[in-house]
Amino acid sequence: MLGFIVRRVLLVIPTFIAIAFLTFVAIRLVPGDPIEVRTGERGITPERLAEFRHQLGLDQPVWKQFLDYLVQIAHGDLGTSISTHAPVLQEFLTLFPATLELALCAMLFAVVLGIPAGVLAATRRGGFLDYSVMGVALTGFSMPIFWWGLLLILFFSVTLDLTPVSGRIDLLYYFEPVTGFMLIDSLLSDQDGAFLSAVSHLILPTIVLGTIPLATIARMTRSTMLEVLGEDYVRTARAKGLSPFRVVNVHALRNALIPVVTVIGLQTGMLMGGAVLTEYIFSWPGIGTWLIESIQRRDYPVLQGGVLMISGLVILINILVDVLYGVLNPRIRHAR
Amino acid sequence: MKISTRLLAASMLVVGLAAGAEAKTLVYCSEGSPENFNPQINTTGTSFDAARPVFNQLVEFEPGTTNVVPGLAESWEVSPDGTEVTFHLRKGVKFHSIKGFTPTRDFNADDVLFSFNRMWKEDSPYHKVSGGAYDYFNDMGMPDLLKSIDKVDDYTVKFTLTRPEAPFLANLAMDFATILSAEYADQMLKAGTPEQIDQVPVGTGPFSFVAYQKDNAIRYKAFPDYWGGAPKIDLVFSITKDATARWAKVQKGECQVMPYPNPADLDAIGKDENVDLMQQPGLNIGYLAFNVTKKPFDDKRVRLAIIHAIDKEAILKDVYLGAGQPAKNFIPPTIWSYNDAIVDYPYDVEKAKDLLKEAGLQDGFSTDIWWMPVQRPYNPNAKRVAEIIQADLEKLNIKANLVSYEWGEYRKRMQQGEHQMGQLGWTGDNGDPDNFFFLLGCDAARDGGQNIAKWCNKDFDDKLKKAKTIFDKAERTKLYEEMQVIAHDEVPVFNIAHSVVFEPVRKEVVGYKVSPLGRHEFAKVDLK
Repeated sequence: MLGFIVRRVLLVIPTFIAIAFLTFVAIRLVPGDPIEVRTGERGITPERLAEFRHQLGLDQPVWKQFLDYLVQIAHGDLGTSISTHAPVLQEFLTLFPATLELALCAMLFAVVLGIPAGVLAATRRGGFLDYSVMGVALTGFSMPIFWWGLLLILFFSVTLDLTPVSGRIDLLYYFEPVTGFMLIDSLLSDQDGAFLSAVSHLILPTIVLGTIPLATIARMTRSTMLEVLGEDYVRTARAKGLSPFRVVNVHALRNALIPVVTVIGLQTGMLMGGAVLTEYIFSWPGIGTWLIESIQRRDYPVLQGGVLMISGLVILINILVDVLYGVLNPRIRHAR
Repeated sequence: MKISTRLLAASMLVVGLAAGAEAKTLVYCSEGSPENFNPQINTTGTSFDAARPVFNQLVEFEPGTTNVVPGLAESWEVSPDGTEVTFHLRKGVKFHSIKGFTPTRDFNADDVLFSFNRMWKEDSPYHKVSGGAYDYFNDMGMPDLLKSIDKVDDYTVKFTLTRPEAPFLANLAMDFATILSAEYADQMLKAGTPEQIDQVPVGTGPFSFVAYQKDNAIRYKAFPDYWGGAPKIDLVFSITKDATARWAKVQKGECQVMPYPNPADLDAIGKDENVDLMQQPGLNIGYLAFNVTKKPFDDKRVRLAIIHAIDKEAILKDVYLGAGQPAKNFIPPTIWSYNDAIVDYPYDVEKAKDLLKEAGLQDGFSTDIWWMPVQRPYNPNAKRVAEIIQADLEKLNIKANLVSYEWGEYRKRMQQGEHQMGQLGWTGDNGDPDNFFFLLGCDAARDGGQNIAKWCNKDFDDKLKKAKTIFDKAERTKLYEEMQVIAHDEVPVFNIAHSVVFEPVRKEVVGYKVSPLGRHEFAKVDLK
């Protein structure tokens, strides 16, 4: 097991360098110059453009810039944002908890609803319930996030007046962030109603971001469940006279969940991507919004640093999934 | 019994006091995060809006207009030759206190000197701080214009100019000319954190800065000692990037004012009983420039033919969705010196064909139309405009290809003159006609310059240069009116439209004015 983990971790370093390289080159292939972009209609004189490029080190050959960048990352420095002059790592760390909080809630939402829905659909195969679950899942799967988000806002916030439109908490509450997680900070703040406000702000974005993973997990659970339900050991369990509930939820589910775990892991990675749009619609102050803005501003250090951090996270999740998978299914560990 | 009565009375008193002290808070749904809180070093309207509650300039724009009125300078005089401008500063103006800084003195000439020297003098200890780019200061030509800035006494500052410059006062009312606290700057420099003054602003403005959470909110509170009278509200910017979400928040009363509504929502906004849809013609122009250095656009007849062939009304209806006003001059009608006597060229395809025939191009030709890859207030959909023009030109057998690049690249190539016909526009900075007309001047027609028609007309340019040196408004007006006639006759550009700026404001808001300069200001605003 240990060897397995070490092997996986060692792979991370070249992966990181590759990602850093790809981002680095890709950004520079996109036309547009961070300095040109910031000057709006006015433009800039060639002399001052050259001066700024020199200050930012953009006048060096790309390979040299890249090597400097690698050295810099190796020292734990992700650089400084061109537009705000703040360290990229610091900005990432202030904004990331918001994204993580939303992603965790969305995942929780997807798992808590998705697995039972999948099980239910599988045990009632071909029935009305099965068709309804799969129909809803298919719809959810193909829902454009942008449209879905606005639809929910218009219905639940504007028409029914049940939920707030956007943001993380009512702005009348104000306290310094401690952990960066609004659910925790609002409890720590001791302000009446702050926690409830935070929860109500989380509802819609959680649903929007959780919809696709929910659909995916429900479908996956259903199909693996169906497979497992046909296995001999399940028939044996049934023959032994165990209650159908026990057969399904203890014997079958444990095995059916193994592939679902992978899906959950992969989807968590995907969530980081989906978060970009969701955050934009709901003015959720996370890394999604931050990255969109840095693209518009051609803020190279922010884009490079941000992408690197997110890919690092996805890699980490993948390793965890692999390890977990190995725990659930020992055959994987020894396969090479 | 007695005790409990007293307790009750006491608690009622407390509740009453609390209710009385409870400040009204106006929430403004802003469209994005500011880069920082110092208008000297940023360039976007979003960032200017975020700093404006905190700061003042020597002279300012009267809210809702482009008139220049006294700010931190109570009065000023211009020397007869127009090269010396002396400002008399307001006395007793307080700076804000924040955590970690309490001012020990009032605003004075040192603050003016510090603020300008930071941008101007390489030896200012602050010159290189936070990137050291002073785009507006440089773009407005201040380094060339300024000869010296002198402190005559604590409340008198003299600006000496290298030449008379009429738009100078309007320039000083712009955000880049913001006055910062020299004392705060000194303290931060000593503490080794000079960047702090750009992130945690201290100014003399109507609101003091409380906190900023990136992509979330900016908080300000009313400054009780404000020289212009304490505001009646506290202020919060709720950063909401999506226009439809902003509108939903206004509908629900989660915020009271929002900028930049989605054109598709305008209909619904107009019908909402709780909301006023305020509007004003924007200080802008969207245009199509002909590159007059390239064939066949060096021929005036060809340019005229194209202008006659384009259905401007269709563009306004289809692209601006009614939120625009057809432009016949290069400046919008809200600016002084607008020449209303000019009659726009009519849509007349036959006339266009005749003109092309005269120019020997009756069989047509092929050319490019460049369209901007970004949405701008003055042009909500450049691609659609290009398509309409493309279709119109087909009637003249002119085959036009649509071309576009990434925004920075687009502007760069266009300034280099690589295009044949291209769309661009301008939003005015200070309400001075020069701020628009310089875009058609000879200096800007060089390679890389901002005159993308690359049109250089001596007559026009002489008047432009002359008008800039005269402080007499009537005389300047005459020159600008004549220049509009020349531009109309020579048609270097096809003026498309001035967009109309819309701002949904909830009915409980009192005293809010839409700014022709695109500002969002709250000093005089109250809530019912």
